[in-house]
Amino acid sequence: MDSALIPEGVKRCSFRSFSLWLLVIFGVIGWGVLGGFMVLWKGLNVTGLNDSFGFGLYITADLAVIALGAGAFFTGFLTYVIGKKELKDIINLAVVVGFICYTGAQLVLLLEIGQPIRGWFSFWHPNVHSMLTEVIFCITAYTIVLTIEYLPLILENKQLDKVPELHYFSHNLHEIMVVFAATGTFLSFFHQGSLGGLYGVMFARPFAFREGFFIWPWTFFLFVASAIASGPALTILVCKMVEGVTRKKLVRREAILLLAKVTGYLLAFYMVVKILDTWWWATHTAPIMGASFREFFQAPYGLWLLVAEIGVCGIIPAIILLMPKAREDDVLLIVACVLNCTGIVINRFVFTVQNLALPVLPFEQVQIYVPTWQEWAPTVALLAYGALLLSLSYRYLPMFPRERELNPIE
Amino acid sequence: MSGNKSNGVRYGMVIDLDKCTGCMACSVACQQENNVSFREDETDKLRSITWLEVFYLDNGKPYPEHRRAYMPRPCLHCDSSHHPYPYPPCTFVCPVNATHRDEETGLVNHIPVRCIGCRYCISACSYHARYFNWWDPKWPEPMEKMLTPDVSTRMRGVVEKCTMCVHRLQLAKERAFMEGRRELHEGEYVPACVEACPARAMTFGNLLDPHSEVATLARGPHAFRLLERLATEPKVYYLSTQKWIRKLADNVM
Repeated sequence: MDSALIPEGVKRCSFRSFSLWLLVIFGVIGWGVLGGFMVLWKGLNVTGLNDSFGFGLYITADLAVIALGAGAFFTGFLTYVIGKKELKDIINLAVVVGFICYTGAQLVLLLEIGQPIRGWFSFWHPNVHSMLTEVIFCITAYTIVLTIEYLPLILENKQLDKVPELHYFSHNLHEIMVVFAATGTFLSFFHQGSLGGLYGVMFARPFAFREGFFIWPWTFFLFVASAIASGPALTILVCKMVEGVTRKKLVRREAILLLAKVTGYLLAFYMVVKILDTWWWATHTAPIMGASFREFFQAPYGLWLLVAEIGVCGIIPAIILLMPKAREDDVLLIVACVLNCTGIVINRFVFTVQNLALPVLPFEQVQIYVPTWQEWAPTVALLAYGALLLSLSYRYLPMFPRERELNPIE
Repeated sequence: MSGNKSNGVRYGMVIDLDKCTGCMACSVACQQENNVSFREDETDKLRSITWLEVFYLDNGKPYPEHRRAYMPRPCLHCDSSHHPYPYPPCTFVCPVNATHRDEETGLVNHIPVRCIGCRYCISACSYHARYFNWWDPKWPEPMEKMLTPDVSTRMRGVVEKCTMCVHRLQLAKERAFMEGRRELHEGEYVPACVEACPARAMTFGNLLDPHSEVATLARGPHAFRLLERLATEPKVYYLSTQKWIRKLADNVM
C-alpha cells in the first residue's frame, strides 16, 4: 500500500503489521496527551510536585533525554569535524535520536512551566545572569540545527527526491553539513553545561552547589562530560534495538566499535573527574556550608544512589568499554551501554529530586516525592514519540546508508 | 535584577523569638493585607501559600527540660554578595527577570505577571519563602469585596512571596511627597505583620541607619540570622537569649 514511499532495494514489513505497531504507539501517545491535557487544563496541582519539589519527573526526564541526545552532536562532531568517515553509517540514526530527544524534551517542558502561554517571555525578557536563559536559548537554537540536519534525510525519501529542486537542495545541505555539525557542537557544549550550571549555582543549596571556574560551577563541565560519555551509548543501544527488531545488520561493526571505544574513554574520563568532584564536595565545599556528606544521603535517597551512579553504572561500564575483547562481545556491549545510560539518568535524578528532598533548615525533615500518572504518562509518551519517529524514519527514509549493501535482496 | 549597590536605605526586620507567642497574628495580617489566596482544605502545607510562615521549634528534650519556641519567617530579602553571584539566590536564577532586588531599598520583589512559573527560584531558595500558585485563586462571597485594592491578586501557575508590603512603602512615599519631604520618618512604613504583632516581637526599619531601633537590635549580642554559613546575608534578624534556638538557626558540623 505504501510501497511507493519505501526506499529502493530494501525490505520492510507489511503495511498491516506496521499499522498495528503504529496503533500501539498512538495508544501510548494518546495516554500521554491525556495526562498533558490534564496538566494544562487543571494545572500542576494534578502532579506530585509541591513547594518543596519545584522540579520533579518532568525535569529529570528532560535533563536525561537531553544528555542522552548528545549522541547526535558528538557523533556529528566525530563524523564531519574530526573526519571519522566510518561513522557515516550511523550518523543519520544519531541525528534522528537527537531530534527525538530535544523536541520531546521541549514538549514536556511546556507542561512543566506554570504559565506555558508565557514561554516566549524567556526570549523577550531574558535574564543574562540565569543559567536557564542559556539553556532555553541554546536548546532552541540547537533544535533548529537538528531540524536542518534531519531535513536532508527526509528529502531523500523516494518521492520527495524525485522533485529536482528538493533533490539539489538536499544535496547542497549535505555539502555544508560540517558547518551545522560545528554549530551543533558549540551550542550543545553550552546548553549541556548550563544544565549542569543550573544546579551548581544554587549557592543556598549545599547539595547542589559547586565551586568552579569563573562563573561556571564544576557541574557545568561535569554535565558536558557526562553527556558526551552517555549520548553515543544511547545511539549504540537504539541501533542494536532496531537491528534486533528488524533482524537485520544495518551498521558495519567497525562503526559501532569505534563509537563504543570513544564512549569508553569518555566515560572513564568522566568517572575520574566525577570522583574528584565528589571528594572535593564532600570534604571541602559542603563542610564550609555547614553540611555533612553523611546527611546528604537519607532514606529513601540513600548512599545506594551514589554507589549505583558511580560504581555500578559508571566504573563497570567504563571498564567493559575500555577492554577491546569485552566491547566486541555484543551482550557485554549492550550491558555496558544500558548501565552507562542508567548512570546518567540517576545523576540527573539526584541533582533534581534528591537535591530538593534534603532539608536545608536544621529543623526540617527529608521530603519524599511521588510522581502522579499525569507525570508518568507524558514521560512514557516521550518514549513512544521516539518510537514513532524512528519507525517512520526507518520505513520511509534511507536512515542506514549501508542497509542495501549489508542486506542484499536475492 | 542588579548587583548589591547600597545607597543608604536597606529595609530589614528583627524578630524577638523570646517575645513571640506563636499567636499567628502576623501571618493572618499578612494573608489579608496581601490578598494571599487560600483553599477550603489547607492541610497540605507544601501547597498552601503562607508568605509569613511560623515554624514551630523544640529542643527535642523530654520534660522537664523540654522547651519550645515559634519562629516567624517572612521572605528574608537576602542581601547576598556571594562571589561570583552577587545577588540573592532566587533572583539571578530567574530566566525572565520576574524577580529582582530593588537597590534603592534592598527589598526583593516579584513580578507575577512576568513569571512563567518555572519554579527555579523556589528550588534555589533555602528558606522556602517562595510559593507557587497550584490552583486558581478563589475567594468565597463576600470575601472578594474585602481584597486590598493596592495589591494585585496572583493567577494560577506563578510564584509569589513576601514583599515586605512594598505597596505600603509606595503609599508612605506618596504621603511624604505631598508633604514636601524626600525622606521617610522611622516607623512611617511598616509591613502589616509588624503592625499586627501584639507582643511587639517584630521591629522593622532601615538597617543602615545606625540610630534606628532595628539596626540597634540587629547589632545586639543575641542577634542571629538563619543559615549564615550560606552567605545569603538575610535582612531578617532574630533575637533569642536561648542557646538551643540560636543553635537551631544554622547547620554546624
